[in-house]
Amino acid sequence: MPKITYVDASGTERTVEGKNGMTVMETAIKHNVPGIDADCGGACACATCHVYVDAAFTEKVGKPSAMEQSMLDFAENVKENSRLSCQIKIRDDLDGLKVTTPESQH
Amino acid sequence: MAVAPRRIAIIGAGQAGGQAAYSLRLAGYDGAIDLIGDEPAPPYQRPPLSKAYLKGEMEAERLFLKPLEYYSEHAINLVTSNAAKKIDLAEKRVELAHGAPISWDKLVIATGARPRKLAVPGADLKGVVELRTLADVDQLKLLAAPGARLVVVGAGYIGLEAAAVGAQLGLKVTVLEAMPQVLSRVAGAEIGAFYTYVHRTAGSDVRLHARLEGFEGSGHISGVRLAGGEILPCDLALVGVGVLPNLELALDAGIVCGNGIVVDAQGRTSHPDVHAAGDVAWRPLVHFGREGRLESVHNAIEGGKIAAAAMLGAAPPTLEVPWFWSDQFDLKLQTAGLWTGADAQILRGDPQSKAFAVFYLKEGRVIAVDAVNSAAEYVVGRKLVAAQATIAPAELADKSISMKDIGARALG
Repeated sequence: MPKITYVDASGTERTVEGKNGMTVMETAIKHNVPGIDADCGGACACATCHVYVDAAFTEKVGKPSAMEQSMLDFAENVKENSRLSCQIKIRDDLDGLKVTTPESQH
Repeated sequence: MAVAPRRIAIIGAGQAGGQAAYSLRLAGYDGAIDLIGDEPAPPYQRPPLSKAYLKGEMEAERLFLKPLEYYSEHAINLVTSNAAKKIDLAEKRVELAHGAPISWDKLVIATGARPRKLAVPGADLKGVVELRTLADVDQLKLLAAPGARLVVVGAGYIGLEAAAVGAQLGLKVTVLEAMPQVLSRVAGAEIGAFYTYVHRTAGSDVRLHARLEGFEGSGHISGVRLAGGEILPCDLALVGVGVLPNLELALDAGIVCGNGIVVDAQGRTSHPDVHAAGDVAWRPLVHFGREGRLESVHNAIEGGKIAAAAMLGAAPPTLEVPWFWSDQFDLKLQTAGLWTGADAQILRGDPQSKAFAVFYLKEGRVIAVDAVNSAAEYVVGRKLVAAQATIAPAELADKSISMKDIGARALG
C-alpha cells in the first residue's frame, strides 16, 4: 500500500499507509493527522484541506482541475505546489508522497 | 474568574456535537467529555447521504468524521444508540434512555433537527421515507431499484439531490413542489428555473404549484394523490419538506427557545453553563445584523468551535459568512451568504453554459452568491459578503472583468 508522509508547519513528519482510491485528505483524517480540517468532507467546497506537494511529486500528482484551481486562487498562503488534498486520489505510483500542511486552514 | 470545567457533556453526536468535542481536546482541555448520540454510528458527515453515499459510491465508514479509535485515544466517552431523556439543570445531569445519568459542569445541546412530517393520509405507509440519517438512506437504497418509480415531495436541496441520484440510478422520478419554483427557500428565481430545467432535461417530471393530498396504498405506498384527484403511481416517496429543531429537551428544562434554542455570540443559552450548537441553535448572524437558525455543515462546525471556546474561556473563532453547497448531476452549486431580503439579483454568465452565478444585493451591498460550477465567483463572493461590499451591478454582470479584479476593486 502506498505510504504517505504528512509534514506539519513545525516540521514534524507522520507517515501512514494509504489505500488506492482514497484521497490524501481522507487518509489524513483516518489516521488522525492534524493540520487538515476538511470542513466540507471532500466536496471541493471549502479549501480547508490545503497542502503543499513535495517537489519530487508535483509532476506525478498533476495539476488541479479548473474548479480546484479557482478555490486555490483565493486561498491563503498559496504557493506554486499548492493542492487541495481532497482532490488527490492515492495510486501506487504516489507511494512515498510527501505533503506539508500550512500553519492554518482558515 | 470562573472555575474551569472538569466534566463536559454533549447531547447529540452529529457534526456540531462532534466538533465541540474535537475542539475541546485540540484546545488542551483534559477533563471528561461525554458525547451522547442516539444513532449507532459515531459522528458522521450528512451531506453525502443525499449524494455519493446514496449513489452507492461511498461506504459508511468513509462518512465518519473521525475514526472510532480517535474517541478512545482522546478519552472521549462516545455513547451511541442512547437518547438523552431529560436535562436536570438543578442537579446538572442528563438522564438517558439506558443507564446511569451523566453529570456535567458544562453542557452542550447539539440535538440537531428532524425532518418535518406531512400531516396527510398515508404518511406512515411503508415506502414513504425521509432522508436525514444513515439508517434512512440504507432503507431508501433497498427500495430504489432501477426502474422503480420515485416521487420526491419537496424540491429543496435534499429532495433535488436525491432526485438527481434517482435519475442517474435509472429510477423514474417525479418531483412535487408546492411553490412556484424549486429551491424557493434557499435561492432566487434564476437558480430555481435553472434547476427545474436541469432535472427536466434528465427526464424527471418536475411539477411546480403541486398540491399533495395524501399517499395511497395498503401497507406499502402505491401512489401519491394530488389535489384535483390525480394519482401518481409510485413505489417510493421521499419527503423532504424541511426540518424542525430538536429543542424539546431544552424547552422542558426551562431554557429559552424560539424557532431553536436561543444562544448569544458565545453559543450560551439562557442558562450560563449550557450551550447550544448546530441546526438546533437560534444564533446571532453577525454578517446580517439579525438572528436565525442555519442548517449546514459550516454552522455545525462553527457552533461546535464557538461552544468549546466559550466553555474554556478562550477567544472565539473567526466567524465565517454562512456557506453551503449542493451537488446535482455534473453541477456544483456553491452558496455564500443568505439571500433573504435581497432587492436585486444579478446574473453573471450564461446558465445555458452550465457555469454561471447569481449575486444577491440588498441596498447595493452583496449579501449572497449562488455559483454554479463557478468557484471564483463563489470564493470572491464570500469575501464580498463578509466585507458587505458595494458594487455596481453592471460590473458584477460583466464577464470580461475577472472576479479577481472585481474583488480587488471592491475590497481594496
